[in-house]
Amino acid sequence: MLTKRIIPCLDVKGGRVVKGVKFRDHRDAGDPVELAAFYNEQGADELVFYDITASSDRRNIMLDVVKRTADQVFIPLTVGGGLRTVDDMRAMLEAGADKVSINTAAVLDPSLITRGAERFGSQCIVLGMDAQRIPGEDPPRWDVHTHTGADGGVSAGKDAVAWAIQAVELGAGEIVVNSIDSDGTQAGYDLELLRIISGAVSVPVVASGGAGEMEDLYEALVLGKADAVLAASIFHYGIYSIKSVKNYLANKGIPMRM
Amino acid sequence: MKIVIIDYGAGNLRSVYKAVGKLGYEPKITHVPDDILSADAVILPGVGAGGDTMMALERLGLVTPVKNYVAKNSPFMGICIGMQVLLTGTEEGGWHECLDIIRGRVIRLPEGQKIPHMGWNQVKQKTVHPIFTGIPDNANFYFVHSYYANPEDKKLIAGETEYGVSFPSVIIKDNLVATQFHPEKSGELGLKIYDNFIKLMVEPHRQKLATAGNK
Repeated sequence: MLTKRIIPCLDVKGGRVVKGVKFRDHRDAGDPVELAAFYNEQGADELVFYDITASSDRRNIMLDVVKRTADQVFIPLTVGGGLRTVDDMRAMLEAGADKVSINTAAVLDPSLITRGAERFGSQCIVLGMDAQRIPGEDPPRWDVHTHTGADGGVSAGKDAVAWAIQAVELGAGEIVVNSIDSDGTQAGYDLELLRIISGAVSVPVVASGGAGEMEDLYEALVLGKADAVLAASIFHYGIYSIKSVKNYLANKGIPMRM
Repeated sequence: MKIVIIDYGAGNLRSVYKAVGKLGYEPKITHVPDDILSADAVILPGVGAGGDTMMALERLGLVTPVKNYVAKNSPFMGICIGMQVLLTGTEEGGWHECLDIIRGRVIRLPEGQKIPHMGWNQVKQKTVHPIFTGIPDNANFYFVHSYYANPEDKKLIAGETEYGVSFPSVIIKDNLVATQFHPEKSGELGLKIYDNFIKLMVEPHRQKLATAGNK
């Protein structure tokens, strides 16, 4: 049986992991390669690097990080953040990434999904989506946002569920659903959004944004019908180890790779 | 030891190269036919589509060298698409003829679950073989695919995985091993597969040839 995946996400800025990573042991918490190796040892099923560098020399720094990680960590690696063109994707994949995640650039030009999928295969192309619930709507609706680096970004005027369906038709092989309302709150994923998108598309759906308790991960997988959960804070702050999360979920009957 | 990774302009060469390198070997990435024919071990990696991969192999003039290499029972490993192109043909993107080293078809995973089959899934071992040394039955490996290889001769199926259907995830025919999963993305146990291939299949084969040569 296909296991559900636990995916730590590392925000990388200028070649260093940010978001106040805190561990009990003596690792350099800012080095993405060391952290990738650490999470790999702990049993992470995949890793995501998200490049939040704003400067123009970002690409080369990130390429070097990806290369050094892929040299020693033998689990799947997804890289996102600022990828705008098929050449950007190619460079990341050649450096050792297995998948590339695109978000704002895909909203601005949906054909980027198709061009990436035709060149590298759908399995390489992940659509990252930042969605915000529209207040007062019944049935509920969610708006896609772009440029979410600051203040929740700007509305793209796209319905999140329709965009997910369209992205899969265009060639996306996986969708990461990030709830802007839940992100960083540690109050749980947006289960309703997850469930609707997971039921609407044929490709795997990854829950992102809002994990605080282990039960949140359980609910995203069972009630939200997600295929994987992505989390940052709970792992970085050492609130839970990946091992303890996996034990918890396995005990509740979720298929896990132990 | 000359370990060759076939470079046909696609695939995940770097990860395979790094995984084999991690074990202390220095594989050669090449598309030169003579390199393949003179190798102690050949690895055909792959991601993408079977049809594209066959076109690339044909364009580079590698179809006959690969067939000849396998025909002399030299150690060979196919990964993912590198497994699928060993069959007679694939249904992916319309019918495309493949290498026909193993009789059978590459067909689509059944509807009813998420496709691609992406993530970690168990390999049920159907046979005792050196490639599984140190690998527990039903261990998890990393898969990414929408089609699978379905050989006519079911005795070749050394490992099976469940995903809407029980499909062959490891095929073994003499000195040829093929896996649908990606050992280079399957952590420690994935590296162990490469290690077993080199130490327990390639090395004994070399010694056998050396002994035969000395007689």
